[in-house]
Amino acid sequence: MSENTKREITYLEAVREAMVQEMRRNPEVFLIGEDIGVYGGAFGVSKGMLEEFGPERVRETPISEEGIAGAAVGAALMGMRPIMEIMFMDFATLAMDQLVNQAAKMRFMLGGAVSVPMVCRAPAGSGTGAAAQHSQCLEAWFVHTPGIKVVSPSNAYDAKGLLISSIRDNNPVFFIEHKLLYRTKASVPEEVYAIPFGKAKVVREGSDLTLLSYSIMVPRALEAAAKLAEEGIQVEVVDLCSLKPLDTETIVQSVSKTGRVLIVHEAPVTGGFGGELAAVIAESEAFDYLDAPIRRLAGRNIPIPYNRTLERASVPQVEDIEKAARALAREGR
Amino acid sequence: MTDSSVLVGALNQVGEVDWNPILDSSVFVKQLPVEKLAWMLEKMCLTRYFEEKAEELYTRGLVHGTMHLSIGMEASPVGSIAALEPEDFIIHHHRGHGHTIAKGANIVTMMGEFLGKEPGYCRGRGGSMHIADVSDGNMGATGIVGGGIPIATGIGLALQMRKSPQILLSYFGDGSTNEGAFHEALNMASVWDLPIVFICDNNKYGMSMDFRHSMNVEYISTRAASYGMPGISIDGNDVLTVYQVVSQAIGRARSGKGPTLVENVSYRWRGHSKSDRNLYRTQDEIEDWMNRCPIKRFKQLLLTSQVMREDEIEAIDRAAKQTIDDAAEAAILMPEPTPENMEDEVYAP
Ligand SMILES: Cc1ncc(C[n+]2csc(CCOP(=O)(O)OP(=O)(O)O)c2C)c(N)n1
Ligand SMILES: [Mg+2]
Repeated sequence: MSENTKREITYLEAVREAMVQEMRRNPEVFLIGEDIGVYGGAFGVSKGMLEEFGPERVRETPISEEGIAGAAVGAALMGMRPIMEIMFMDFATLAMDQLVNQAAKMRFMLGGAVSVPMVCRAPAGSGTGAAAQHSQCLEAWFVHTPGIKVVSPSNAYDAKGLLISSIRDNNPVFFIEHKLLYRTKASVPEEVYAIPFGKAKVVREGSDLTLLSYSIMVPRALEAAAKLAEEGIQVEVVDLCSLKPLDTETIVQSVSKTGRVLIVHEAPVTGGFGGELAAVIAESEAFDYLDAPIRRLAGRNIPIPYNRTLERASVPQVEDIEKAARALAREGR
Repeated sequence: MTDSSVLVGALNQVGEVDWNPILDSSVFVKQLPVEKLAWMLEKMCLTRYFEEKAEELYTRGLVHGTMHLSIGMEASPVGSIAALEPEDFIIHHHRGHGHTIAKGANIVTMMGEFLGKEPGYCRGRGGSMHIADVSDGNMGATGIVGGGIPIATGIGLALQMRKSPQILLSYFGDGSTNEGAFHEALNMASVWDLPIVFICDNNKYGMSMDFRHSMNVEYISTRAASYGMPGISIDGNDVLTVYQVVSQAIGRARSGKGPTLVENVSYRWRGHSKSDRNLYRTQDEIEDWMNRCPIKRFKQLLLTSQVMREDEIEAIDRAAKQTIDDAAEAAILMPEPTPENMEDEVYAP
């Protein structure tokens, strides 16, 4: 291992480093969004970037999400590689026409004559007391939209590599960050590296059940798995990393091995991405290996409340994962 | 619009309306009943102390979420809501403590919501950003910048369709006028002559962005011209000017003449939300505006025009502070909500 790979930086710094390195490498890459200049973005992700790249390429906008997305689509059509920042994933709703009806459709609709190489970065998730309009995880909407790719890294290392791939991809990519992951650290090489889409990672091996997850729920799942191991329950944790394209092979392999699967995400359970994962498993050869029903543990079907206790109770916590996994490990035995 | 046609007392003005002259506050103060003036002072003091207390509670670690303080901007909500009838409506935005207080919120219930308690206005579900008091015509605040403006148009539409005598004040920030929602909502409201006064609380910044960098007009009221709606910009730190102008706009709304855009020019003293390093503005600028404190100015006016004595003014101030201190103590002791049946609250029966 080189010195470099031991360097620890935060998820937030990893996101910034990916942008900075690609912007140094490629003059077509630029960042566009609200308060990304001296303020450094609402969470400080772009701190220092204005100083290095200037206001042309760290392009601050009025509060106009549809305008930002439209500007990104237009610039991408012209061959630039915009990275648009949506301050909170919730506000992607204001840019939906540009993202869903324009960016996602354009290449297909025009018979392949154009491509739209842009990244939409946005922080998702609850846990900060920001209530119903600043806490959502809306990945299912974008996964449901042909033409957009969706990635959702769970750690700093993946954040850097997946963001670099997102920037280099020739399609609109929704890059979902998680507010509670911003301060988490991992060892991240200083050199530029790209992590290909569509590759899930088995982040912990186990034989009793498979736990499928992404984003903030991966560290929570790992914590739960460590506790369950003390009881003799061996949980295999799979980090999906990219939701679309999806690595069905790794999923099917793991579930076929363990015969049990618990799907965990933060977004509300109904209509959530977990339903798609369950269907993928049920339709695959892994179905024959199932010893228990496919189980989902996800956010409750409610808007995220403000109060700390209510907020925590709305989405899976480590103890909830532990409990659900323990129950599933015993189910049908 | 040439300078000569600008109404004295207005900073900017567009549209074909005959405004009544805006009287200098030192003259107008004598035309209002002293109870009204006392009410204005009380609401402004309550707002200031509420927010200072909010800051304190936040520093003490008692607040989980975020908050947006309007310290220095108290004259706009108070002066405009003072011109309403009690049955009228307001809808506002994330920086909405002042609007909520001026509309007559129960301070204890409001403080309870701020602390996320069960007896709070939203039973702890909404927090600082979403305090509403619907039974009293306060239709609440949105955390989505500009999101409340189209809803205002809808409320105005309902009032018109029901031939109601009530009207609505719709508040939003300077930054929100760059959202598409602003354009769509004001255009519709104007085309349909809806009974709304659109009030822009221009505090000079949208988060870190100086409003002059986010639009190429000096006054937001200029934007009214593209909707064929009268627009006017005024000193939003002068509670009596706000009162005079909004009263006239309310008159237009109530008599079926349609909406008006009023821009109250003011300034936010504190950071954008709970924390802010003020990298986007100078200390001099902040201090300059702190010297134009709307509350100090109003107190001075009441005193020099001899409509109130110093001890009367101070009594109002002290009582407001006491109300806030008591409310905080009561709110801290309120019970927390419990998470069991939240699913039952999502849909109306
Ligand atoms: C749609 C949307 N975009 C961005 C934000 C983040 N944000 C919250 S308040 C704010 C500034 C709003 O400025 P302004 O309208 O002037 O109101 P002020 O905060 O100055 O009172 C921003 C950018 C948001 N809440 N909603
Ligand atoms: Mg503002």
